[in-house]
Amino acid sequence: MILVLVETDATGAVEVSRETLTFARDLSAAGGGVPIDAVVVGALPCPVADLAAQLASYGVRDVHHATGDAFGAYGGAAWASAVQSVRASVGSVVVTAAGTPRGMEVLAHLAARLDVTMAANVVAFDGLAPFTVTRQVVGGAALEDMVLGERPAIFTVAGHAVEATTAATPGEGRVVTTAPEVAAADLVARVVSAEPAQEDLSGGLKSARVVVGAGRGAGSADGFGDLLELVDLLDGALGVSRVVTSLGWRPHHEQVGQTGSRISPDLYVACGISGAIQHWAGCASAKTILAINTDPDAPMVAKAHYAVIGDLHEVVPAINEEIRRRRPA
Amino acid sequence: MSLDVLVCVKRVVDSTGEVVLTEDGQSADGRYAGFTLSNHEECAIELAVQTATAAGGSASVLTLGEPEAVDQLRSALAVGCTAATHIGADPGAFGPADVAREIAAVIRDHEGSGRPHDLVLLGNDAADTGDFQVGIRLAHELGRPVVNGAATIAVEDGHVVAGVKGPEGRETYRVPLPAVVTVLEGGVEPRYPTVPGRMKAKKVEIEQRTPSTEPAGPNRRRLRLPPPQPSEVQVLGKGADAAAAVVDLFEQLGVVAR
Repeated sequence: MILVLVETDATGAVEVSRETLTFARDLSAAGGGVPIDAVVVGALPCPVADLAAQLASYGVRDVHHATGDAFGAYGGAAWASAVQSVRASVGSVVVTAAGTPRGMEVLAHLAARLDVTMAANVVAFDGLAPFTVTRQVVGGAALEDMVLGERPAIFTVAGHAVEATTAATPGEGRVVTTAPEVAAADLVARVVSAEPAQEDLSGGLKSARVVVGAGRGAGSADGFGDLLELVDLLDGALGVSRVVTSLGWRPHHEQVGQTGSRISPDLYVACGISGAIQHWAGCASAKTILAINTDPDAPMVAKAHYAVIGDLHEVVPAINEEIRRRRPA
Repeated sequence: MSLDVLVCVKRVVDSTGEVVLTEDGQSADGRYAGFTLSNHEECAIELAVQTATAAGGSASVLTLGEPEAVDQLRSALAVGCTAATHIGADPGAFGPADVAREIAAVIRDHEGSGRPHDLVLLGNDAADTGDFQVGIRLAHELGRPVVNGAATIAVEDGHVVAGVKGPEGRETYRVPLPAVVTVLEGGVEPRYPTVPGRMKAKKVEIEQRTPSTEPAGPNRRRLRLPPPQPSEVQVLGKGADAAAAVVDLFEQLGVVAR
């Protein structure tokens, strides 16, 4: 049995969790159709029945809902305790989660307490005997083939490793409510307060349909006026490279890349960005990339679908003007 | 209270340029690219120094790696750490559980010799292997609480207060010391070493150790590079003259109304 830790928001399972369920389904098929169960922990921001129906459409058999005071506030060790309890009761041979901060944290706790290996950011499995996975390393610039010989096999799935698709044959989606006991030591590190903060702005960046990116080519902290106007005209979000945040031109929550946000917009307009590996790791999943750069040989230009060769300070105002010109009066 | 902060770092190949692998496919080749610390660890060092200074304590630094990893220890010493420990080993032979076990052995030894580390900081994940586990495994080894992905930390009343960017906003954790915290880039700007700082760092005697056990390894079969993607870029034009073609594309993609 494959057990998938599912993270939720008001719409049900978050997209990366649905991608992980899709990945798990491929694994299940390769293993002869072993069942897939989901585990969700704590108070849910959506009705559990709706969530179960959604997860069933992704092929989930049982949805184990771990409830109780221990899960009132998020804590990685407590969540791992819940996953461990469910795993023990259903006897799963694989435990997986999305490669989100929480997915990584919870499964790392689980792997540590079970003293087994964990593979982070898996993008494919290459064989079942022995169970071998391929994962992203060096910020996605290299791949590692890694053997997960122990049971349970524990791994997280990298965002956008697969596209989330529903199952040809839905699962049953039965809700199994459980109240696992949690040791006091696992409750020490928990969220004591949470507040929507400025950093929340990165949520807009991650969900924006269009992202206008800016790098060193912006020139200075004052060089973002035209870029922000383009953001506004495209109803998008601004994303920047690491050098921009390092220079203090823009705040870190706008950073796209290996140590910033990973985005997958319909359109990424990369302005004055050379395309270092670390930045590429954050924007490679964009469906269409337009690079605006003075250097025709810049990696970002070579990797983009479309390019304009030129200084962003000349090109972007002209684009803004053209958009305004074509707008109906 | 006087606070002792230990920050754990890793020498990694600088991957801002092209990544080249060693012939045996077991590691990234840094002979030409050079070596550095991960961004998260640079911030962890800064937080270690700031936190220790604020509490009237001291910050020390530790690494497991080849002899050249002493360079990274000296970088941390140059920006405010005052002691360093080097576990001499081939890091490629060590998986996350092995590394955590070795760090824990050093911490226990230091504790036994009257030098306890109240707070241990690590990068959230290493820039090369990206395992996301050493901090948590270390906390399990030591039986200490762990907070992951902290951007800010402060110590008050025997507790570490850590600010973490959660899925819905800023989250705060408050855990009793001794504790382990992994640090994510973004909450603090690493400082650059001064010339006097570098000179001082050269004089610090570095504690040399050998691994306490045989490593089980990272379960790696091999590293490989993704197949190169041929460029299929379509150049829409040069300079401001390309604006009309760009907006045509935007209309095609449906991101501006026709």
